[in-house]
Amino acid sequence: MWDREIRAMVSTHAIMAASVFMATVVPAVFLPGFSVYGTHLSWLYSVSAAVTGVSVAVFWLLGIAPPTKKHSLGYKLSRLCRCCVYFFLSCIFFHFVVLLYGAPLVESALETFSLAVLLTSLTTLRCLCVLGPNVQAWIRVFSRHGAMSVWDTCLQITVACTLVGAWVGAFPIPLDWDRPWQVWPVSCSLGAVIGFLTGLVAAPAWIHHHRKHLTYKSK
Amino acid sequence: MKALPVLCLLLWVCALYLAGIYLFLSGFLLVRLEVNRTSTCGDVLQPAAEEHGDFCRAQPRFRRAVLLIIDALKIDFARFDPNNTTPRPYENKLPVLEETVSVRPSHSRLYPFRADPPTTTMQRIKGFTTGSLPTFVDVGNNFASSAILEDNLIHQFGRVGKRVVFMGDDTWESLFPKSFHRSLPFPSFNVKDLHTVDNGILQHLYTTMVGGDWEVLVAHFLGVDHCGHRFGPDHPAMADKLTQMDGVIRAVMERLQNDTLLVVMGDHGMTDSGDHGGESQKETDAAIFLYSPSPLFPARPSRAEPDVVPQTDLVPTLALLLGVPIPYSSVGQVLLPLFPSHGPAEGVAGGLSQLDALWINAKQVNRFLETYSGMAADIPADILSDLKEEFSRLSADYLAAVGGARSSSPQLAAAMQAYLTRVRDTCRATWAQFSAGKMAAGLAVLGLACLLCLTVSEMSATLMRGEGPGLKRPAAAALMTAGCAAAAQLLGRGSVEAAWCLVAAALGFELAFLWGARQSRGIVMATKSVSKANKGGAWPRLHRLLAPPFSVLLLRCCSLLSDSYVIAEGRAVTFLLLSLVLYVPVRLNWEGLLLPPAPDPLKAAGLLPSAPLSPSAVRRESGALLGCVGLLIGCLFASLSFHGCREEQGACQPSPFLAPLSRLQDNQLRNLHYVLAVCSLGLWTYLLRRCLRHYGNLNSSGGAAFVARWLLPFLFTCLVLHWAVSATPEDSFRNLSELIGLAQLALPRTAYCVLGLALVLIWVDPLTVFVKTKSAASGSAPLPPPRYRASTGISPQAELHHLIPQLYQRMRRSLDDGEQSGSSEAGGRPTVEAYGLGTAYSAPLLLLCGVLGVGLLLLHPEGMAPSFLLLLLESGALLHIHASTVSLGGRQRAQAGGFSVPWTPVISWSLAASQFFHATGHLPTFTSIQWSSAFVGFPDGHVGTALPATLVILNTFASYILFGVGCPLLLLWPLVREVHGSRGGGRACGDEGEDAVMEMRLREKPQQFSSALLQLSARYLFVQGVQVDVRGLRLPAELRVAAARRHAGAQGGRGRESLVQAARSRRRQVAA
Ligand SMILES: [Zn+2]
Ligand SMILES: [Zn+2]
Repeated sequence: MWDREIRAMVSTHAIMAASVFMATVVPAVFLPGFSVYGTHLSWLYSVSAAVTGVSVAVFWLLGIAPPTKKHSLGYKLSRLCRCCVYFFLSCIFFHFVVLLYGAPLVESALETFSLAVLLTSLTTLRCLCVLGPNVQAWIRVFSRHGAMSVWDTCLQITVACTLVGAWVGAFPIPLDWDRPWQVWPVSCSLGAVIGFLTGLVAAPAWIHHHRKHLTYKSK
Repeated sequence: MKALPVLCLLLWVCALYLAGIYLFLSGFLLVRLEVNRTSTCGDVLQPAAEEHGDFCRAQPRFRRAVLLIIDALKIDFARFDPNNTTPRPYENKLPVLEETVSVRPSHSRLYPFRADPPTTTMQRIKGFTTGSLPTFVDVGNNFASSAILEDNLIHQFGRVGKRVVFMGDDTWESLFPKSFHRSLPFPSFNVKDLHTVDNGILQHLYTTMVGGDWEVLVAHFLGVDHCGHRFGPDHPAMADKLTQMDGVIRAVMERLQNDTLLVVMGDHGMTDSGDHGGESQKETDAAIFLYSPSPLFPARPSRAEPDVVPQTDLVPTLALLLGVPIPYSSVGQVLLPLFPSHGPAEGVAGGLSQLDALWINAKQVNRFLETYSGMAADIPADILSDLKEEFSRLSADYLAAVGGARSSSPQLAAAMQAYLTRVRDTCRATWAQFSAGKMAAGLAVLGLACLLCLTVSEMSATLMRGEGPGLKRPAAAALMTAGCAAAAQLLGRGSVEAAWCLVAAALGFELAFLWGARQSRGIVMATKSVSKANKGGAWPRLHRLLAPPFSVLLLRCCSLLSDSYVIAEGRAVTFLLLSLVLYVPVRLNWEGLLLPPAPDPLKAAGLLPSAPLSPSAVRRESGALLGCVGLLIGCLFASLSFHGCREEQGACQPSPFLAPLSRLQDNQLRNLHYVLAVCSLGLWTYLLRRCLRHYGNLNSSGGAAFVARWLLPFLFTCLVLHWAVSATPEDSFRNLSELIGLAQLALPRTAYCVLGLALVLIWVDPLTVFVKTKSAASGSAPLPPPRYRASTGISPQAELHHLIPQLYQRMRRSLDDGEQSGSSEAGGRPTVEAYGLGTAYSAPLLLLCGVLGVGLLLLHPEGMAPSFLLLLLESGALLHIHASTVSLGGRQRAQAGGFSVPWTPVISWSLAASQFFHATGHLPTFTSIQWSSAFVGFPDGHVGTALPATLVILNTFASYILFGVGCPLLLLWPLVREVHGSRGGGRACGDEGEDAVMEMRLREKPQQFSSALLQLSARYLFVQGVQVDVRGLRLPAELRVAAARRHAGAQGGRGRESLVQAARSRRRQVAA
C-alpha cells in the first residue's frame, strides 16, 4: 500500500514538474519574444495555469479529495463556487502579505498580484484539491500530528518549500548587481517555483525515507 | 552566588562591551580638528619682509593661473609611448603633454600626482585646495553643510583680490559657496551622462580666457570619470573622451599669455573597472602637467626631481607662485623644480628662490603644528618636540645663510625638505592611518564578550547557585595580564599606553572566565553523570543554531556585511522582524498549541499531556495572539513611512514627518501634522495610564504613582505647548516674538526638569502598591498601616526588608517566606496589597519607559510622535505575543522550571529596537544625525559640548534606550498576562489563591527569578553585541571597497561621490 501511494505520488509530481517545464518551453515556441525575464508576467500566468490545470485534473483522477456526503449537482456546484471564492481570497491574502513584506504599494500592484496568483496556485490550490474548501482542516494539517495521510504530509512539505522559496527569493532584490532576475517580482516567483519543484522531489523522497516511522490515524 | 556578584558580572560585561567599542573606535575614528585660522598677508614669513612690506604686495611669479581638472585623469592616460603600435583605447590619447614636455622642457613637466585616499572627488578637491590630509571625522564648526571652512587656496585668492572664475562639476559650488567671482556649475549627478558638464565648460572656457576679468580660472571636466564609471577605461568611448581633452588642452595652451600658469591635473585615478575611492595605486596616481608660455623651470629635468608629487604639494606651490599666503592648515611642501636655486632668475620678476620658498613653507607648517598641538593632543608629544627642535635649528641656519652672502646652500634646502616631509608623514600617521591593531583588539574584546554573554545565559542557573566560575579568579587574571602588558610596554618602548593595558585586562578576564566556565561545566556534567541530552555533543547544538530565531539573527548579521543591505537596512530589519513574528503562530500551530486539542481521547491520552488550559481559554489566547500579530504587522507597515533616506537611495523620498513643523509651508498640512502629533502623544499617555490603572497601580500614593498621575500629563501639556510654540511661523506673531522666545526656552526646560524629577521619583520610590489599611477583601485582621515613604530617613531597603515579610505573610498565609528577605534582588521592590501587587515590578518599569519615551520624543521632530506611538504599540504587541506563547505552551515553562525567556522574543525585541532606530528617522550615517535635537530648549546654543552631545546621543539612540530599559518586561509580562488570561475578572487577589499570583510568583522563587533575569540580560546583550561586532568586522573591508561602491546609487546610476559621509556614517554604525 505504501509503495503504491508513493509511486502514485512520484508520478503525479513528475507530471506536475513536467507541466511547469512545458509551461516555460511551449509558449516560447508559439509566442515570439516569450522569455522568463522578458515577459515575466506571461510566463508566470502560464505556469500558474498549467499547475492549476494539472493539479485539478490529477487529483480529481486520483480521487484524493475528501468524500462528499451528498452527490447532488447543486452541492457539487456550491462546492466548486466555494473553491473559486477561496482561491480568489487566497490571492488577496497573499497579495496583502507580500505587500506587508515590503512590496511596492502602488507602482507594481499588478506584478505583486501576479505573484500572489502564482503562490496561490502552487499552495492553496493543492490544499483545495487535497482537503477541500475547509480552512479548519488546512490549519490542522499544518501541525506536527495533523497529517492524516501520505498526501497530507506531502502537502506540508510542498507548501513549506514553496513559501520558503518565495521568501528566500526576496533576498537578492536589494543587491546592486543590476541583473534582470532581480527585478520585482522575478526572483520571488522564480524562488517560489524552484521551491515548489524542490518540494515535488523532496516530498516522496522524505516519505519514502521515513516510511517506517510514519503512522497515520484513520480519518 | 549572591545578587551582588551577579550585578557586578552584568555591569562588568557592559563595561567590556564599552571597552571593546572604545578600543575599536580609538583605532578607527581618526579625528582631525579643523584649525579655523587663516593665513594673512601680514604674516611675517620672510626675514626680509620689512623691506618689501606686505607679503602679498611683492610681485608674484605669475599673475594668473588656469587650472584644468580632468576628473580621474590617471597617470597612465597622460603618458605617451611612441613605440606602442597597438595602443589600448586609453593609451597614447593625450600626445600634447608628451610633445610639449619634449619640445619645450623648460616650459613644462609631467608628474604622477599622488592622492591621499579616500580617492573620491569631494575629498580630493578638499585636499588640493586646503593642503590638509583627509581623515574620517573633520571636526569643524558646522557638521551639517559640506562647505569647506578651513583656510584654502580659493579663499586666499579671494582675500588678495584675485578673481576666481569656476566652471564645471557642481561639487565645487557646494564646497565653496559664494567664493567665486563667477561660477558656472553643471550638474554632476548622473554618471551616465558623459557630455553635459564638459560641453558646458567648453561653451564658456575660451571666451572667458580671452576676456580679461579673471586671475584664476578653474575648469573641472567630468567626462573621463563618468566614462570610466559607465564603460571602464578600456572602451572606445574613453578614447574619444581623451582625444577631446587633448584638443581642449591644445586650445587652452594656444590662448595662454606669458604671465599665466597652466595646471592640468586629475583628482584621482581609476581601477581597471573604472571605479575609484580606494587606496590602490591605480586609484591614487593621477597626473599633473604644468606649463607656461614663459620659461617655468629654471633647470633642465634632472634626476633630483621628484618621482611623484603628492597632492598636498600643489597648495603651497600655487600659493607661492601666485603670491598669496599658504593656507594655514596646509602640510604640503613646495615643488622645488619650479623655483630657481640662485635667487630670482634673470628676466623673471618677483620669483622666490628655492631656499626662500622652503623657508616660508617650513615656517607656515611649523606655525600650523604649534596651533594644532595646542588644540589637540593626538600627535605624539615626543615627535612634536623633535620637530620643534629641528625647526629652530633650521631657522638658525637659514637666518645665518640670509645674513651671509645669500648663497645657496643645498644642504640646508635638503634639511628643510626633510623636515617638511617628516611633518607630513607624522600628520599622515596620525590622521590617515588606522590602527589596525587596536581595531582588531577591540573586535576581539567585543567578540569574546559576546561569547561570555552566551555562556552566562546558558549557565545562569549554575551561576546563581554559586557553582559557576567565580569572579575572583578572572579578576585576578585581568589584573595580572594588564600588569604584564604594562611591563612589556615599559621594557619595549619605555612608555605605557593605557589602551593596550585595557585590552590585556579585558582579554585576560574573558579568557579566564570562559576557561572557568568550561571547567565548571565539566564538573557539573560529571556530577550529573552525563545526561543523555548533553551527550549528543555538537550535533544538537548545531541543530539548535539553525532554528529560525538564530537563522534570523544570522541573516541580520550577514546583512550587515553587505553594502547593498546596509543601504536598505531599515527595510531589511523590518522584513526579518516580520518573518520572525509570523514564525511564532506557525510554530505554535505546528506544535498543535494554537487550536484547542480536538476532543480525541486517543490523542489526549497518548501524545499530548493534558492541556493546562481549557479550550475556551486556548481559543481566547490564540485570538489574542493572532490579534497582536496583526497589530504588530500593522505597526511595522505603518512605521515604514517614517524612514529617512540615504543619499545612495536615489529615488527615495524621506518621510514628510521628518521635517519640523515650522518648516512646513502649507498651513493646513501643518495643522494636520500638529493634530496628529498631539493625538499620538495623548494616546501614548492615555495608554500608559490606562495600563497602570488596569492593574491597580494608580491607587497608591507613592512617588511612582504620583508621576503617573500628575507628572505624565504635565509633561504631555509641556510638549504640546512646546510644539505649538515652535511651529508658529516667526512672522505671524511679530508682537509676541518675545513671549514666543521665552516660551521656546522655558517649555522644554520645564519638561527636562519634570522629567528629571519623575525619573528621580521612580528611582527613589518605585512602589506602586496601594496598601489598604482597612482590609475588606481578604477578611483577615486589619493590617498595620505600612505606608512606605522614602522620606522617613531610614534606609528604604532596611525598611522594606522589615515590612515585606510581614505583609507577605499576612496576605499569603499558606506561604512560609521567613527566609526570603535575604535576597535583595527580590526584596527591592515588592510589597503586598490588594492593588497593584501583581505588577509590582513591571509597573515602575513601564512607567519609566513611558516617561523616558516622552522625554526622548521631545528631542525628535514633532512628526515623530506617531512613530513613538507605534513603538509603544509594537512593543506591547511583542510582549503580548510572548506572553500568549508562554501561556499557550504552558508545557515548556513547566519543563524549564524557571522564568527563562526563550531566544525568539529576545531577538524580536532587539530587531524591533533596530527597526525603530530607522523608523524614528535615523540612519546609520553621520549626515543623518538630527543635530537640531541639541537645540531643544537651548535655541541660542550651548557653552560646552557635553550637554549638546548628550542630547544628540539621546536622540540618536532613543529606540535602543527604550527597548533596552524595557527588556526586563519580557520576563515579567508573561506573569502579568498569565492571570489575566485565566482569571474570571475580579481584581482583588488573596482570595483567588493560585490564580492571582502574577509577579508574586517571582518572590516565591527569587533564585530562579534572578537567574532568569541574568539570562535575559545576557541574551539581550549577546544579540546586540553580535550585531555591533559584525558591524565592526565589516569596516576594514569597507575601507577598501565601499568607497568605490558607494558610487552606486539607486536608479542604476552611480551617485555623486563623497566618501566623507560614508566614512562618517561608519562612526554611527559602529556606535549603533
Ligand atoms: Zn573625481
Ligand atoms: Zn568618479
